[in-house]
Amino acid sequence: MSQSRSTKWMTHGEAGLTAFFLASAFLCLIAAAKALDTAFAFHAALGGVASMMAVFAIFNRYFERPSSPAFQGIEGRPDYNLGPIKFSAVMAVFWGIAGFAVGLVIASQLAWPGLNFDLPWTSFGRLRPLHTSAVIFAFGGNVLIATSFYVVQKTSRVRLAGDLAPWFVVLGYNFFIVIAGTGYLLGVTQSKEYAEPEWYADLWLTIVWVTYLLVFLMTLVKRKEPHIFVANWFYLAFIITIAVLHLGNNPALPVSVFGSKSYIAWGGVQDAMFQWWYGHNAVGFFLTAGFLAIMYYFIPKRAERPIYSYRLSIIHFWALIFLYIWAGPHHLHYTALPDWAQTLGMTFSIMLWMPSWGGMINGLMTLSGAWDKLRTDPVLRMLVVSVAFYGMATFEGPLMSIKVVNSLSHYTDWTIGHVHSGALGWVGFVSFGALYCLVPWLWDRKGLYSLKLVNWHFWIATIGIVLYISAMWVSGILQGLMWRAYTSLGFLEYSFIESVEAMHPFYVIRAAGGALFLIGSLIMAYNLWMTVRVGEAEEAMPMPRASAVALQPAE
Amino acid sequence: MSFWTRHQVFEKNSIILIVGILAVIAIGGLVEITPLFYLKSTIEVVEGIRPYTPLELTGRNIYVREGCYLCHSQMVRPLRDEVERYGHFSLAAESMYDHPFQWGSKRTGPDLARVGAKYSDEWHLAHLVNPRSIVPQSVMPGYPYLAKAELDTATIADHLRVNRIVGVPYSDDQIANAVSDLKAQADPDSADVDAFAKRYPKAIARNFDGKAGVPTEMDALIAYLQMLGTLVDFKLYNEKANLR
Repeated sequence: MSQSRSTKWMTHGEAGLTAFFLASAFLCLIAAAKALDTAFAFHAALGGVASMMAVFAIFNRYFERPSSPAFQGIEGRPDYNLGPIKFSAVMAVFWGIAGFAVGLVIASQLAWPGLNFDLPWTSFGRLRPLHTSAVIFAFGGNVLIATSFYVVQKTSRVRLAGDLAPWFVVLGYNFFIVIAGTGYLLGVTQSKEYAEPEWYADLWLTIVWVTYLLVFLMTLVKRKEPHIFVANWFYLAFIITIAVLHLGNNPALPVSVFGSKSYIAWGGVQDAMFQWWYGHNAVGFFLTAGFLAIMYYFIPKRAERPIYSYRLSIIHFWALIFLYIWAGPHHLHYTALPDWAQTLGMTFSIMLWMPSWGGMINGLMTLSGAWDKLRTDPVLRMLVVSVAFYGMATFEGPLMSIKVVNSLSHYTDWTIGHVHSGALGWVGFVSFGALYCLVPWLWDRKGLYSLKLVNWHFWIATIGIVLYISAMWVSGILQGLMWRAYTSLGFLEYSFIESVEAMHPFYVIRAAGGALFLIGSLIMAYNLWMTVRVGEAEEAMPMPRASAVALQPAE
Repeated sequence: MSFWTRHQVFEKNSIILIVGILAVIAIGGLVEITPLFYLKSTIEVVEGIRPYTPLELTGRNIYVREGCYLCHSQMVRPLRDEVERYGHFSLAAESMYDHPFQWGSKRTGPDLARVGAKYSDEWHLAHLVNPRSIVPQSVMPGYPYLAKAELDTATIADHLRVNRIVGVPYSDDQIANAVSDLKAQADPDSADVDAFAKRYPKAIARNFDGKAGVPTEMDALIAYLQMLGTLVDFKLYNEKANLR
């Protein structure tokens, strides 16, 4: 033993990453000292502290680990790397609750404007990006990272590639969230919706995201299964496309390398087109392709049925990613964007209906022969209802992208309602379903602490969603109609402020719906916490039934 | 070999799968975005568009910082009711120097593309400090702290310089005199006002927040709001020449 101790060395990864974080701590220190604005100084200081903590963590891990390289598993039974997944799953629950809570706050501000308190960091304009980023990137992003790392290991039958890299991805990603979120409160934003973080946060995200891609890809490369499982195609498309979109939409020139403010390279109409090419495909690839991957793994697993049609999933995949990328201009109907681009956007948005529903059918029909489970398994019910909401939102989307419909719906709450039927119903429910599956698997528990609580979560959240989206349908269409209403003499019938006043009752109902959704997520957090704390341990099995069911290679 | 068998090349090789994904997602973006950079019809030819003055640019950055774009669009669509409510529909040329664009996506409040010169400075001041003192039904947050925050003018020349790099045609003269121009625009009695007016023709110099002394964030924001949509004289605008 003494011999092995004397030959214990840091791996290249450990040494390299230590050097990287030492350099980053040094640069952050200089940046904090020379900062031109307080927000930048604060973020540089955070970066410095986080870098030093990373160095400490790497050393600590080095001293505690055995001298031999990481254990890769005994033959046929890989030693799956679950630590980073557990971390990401916990963060998903945390950020989810935080994001829903901020959503409730800003919904209430629209009903009762006094809640803005007239302070800079509590006003709607700064909290709204906090809400959208917290739910999309913090909650959704952590769910995607956790499930993708889990699914790619299980369906490839190998340990996750990289030793420190997976930890770098999950910790680095959550650090990005902290920088972005605190930045919004301090007024640091480049005002591009869903891409608000400033240049330094964007650079950091680029590093983290490329590492994420490499970890995922290298795990696929060393897989023990001949076929790449369907869910992994969707994860891969999501990771790559988000990288492309992020780079395309964010090239900015900082006013000073010691300040937070930058100016985006694109201007006016081109900037608008880049923004909605990005914005719509953040929906298409982050909130759709990524979560479809969850659908393709977790629904078959939970229902213990194979995917309905492998061929349909091939068509679904290529058609979806090809068509989605064109849909951006439907956010710019009747604007100063040239008509030809608007028409292209509308045409492809309508075509997009087909692959969307193809995917929905593939998900729903996976339950063939297992429909009875909807009565007994509220987790499966949540997953299936999420797919139903997906179908609804992807029908409504193409409808709203038609120019004449858009002339009414654009700029109104109808858009907000549409987004939330997708976000709460589809992304929210499929994420909750995945977390309800994942937590017992990760912590080796036989099952959830309480299925009854899942049932409560399901119904409370469903009622919340219904209240939310119906309130927004009514208020959105009402707004649109009031704006274009004429008197018999040919004058505009309503002043703008009358349309604002008319929204009040619907904003109250919407806030109530949001509160129910938040309560549901608190029930989930309690249930998952109790599952980990007091849940019955799974008996050690030689081999989990694993992906035997989910893997259905092409003939 | 059937199509389904051929497809296995993607299912069995992660690198080929990546290349396939990249190729498929590249097409839509390339077709929709690249022509906007070279098709001459994308941006109309129109008189009057000029870069923002230093004070307006500072105000615009405050507009961005506070997230105003989340509730106010700056894009009048060519629809009968919008043209009647807000004014002439927006031209692409009117936002050609906007980095980033502020077209917005939601109208919780009214469109602001042509709000300039519609209300007095006093109206804006009172409305920004407490919106419900002017419009009782409003749900807009109040921004009383803007009136107290003095502007930091130290880096304004750098802001103009960076804008020039990304394509806004600021002249050397404008960059060199950025600080004095910023102060002059908020102080109509300043000796620098004439030089400022020469560098930014038709720009308005006024004491926007009504307070003497160092210009505040309120000065900047009101200066920005008061110029929105006022650059193009639509009596002279030749619509036929820009049909597209």
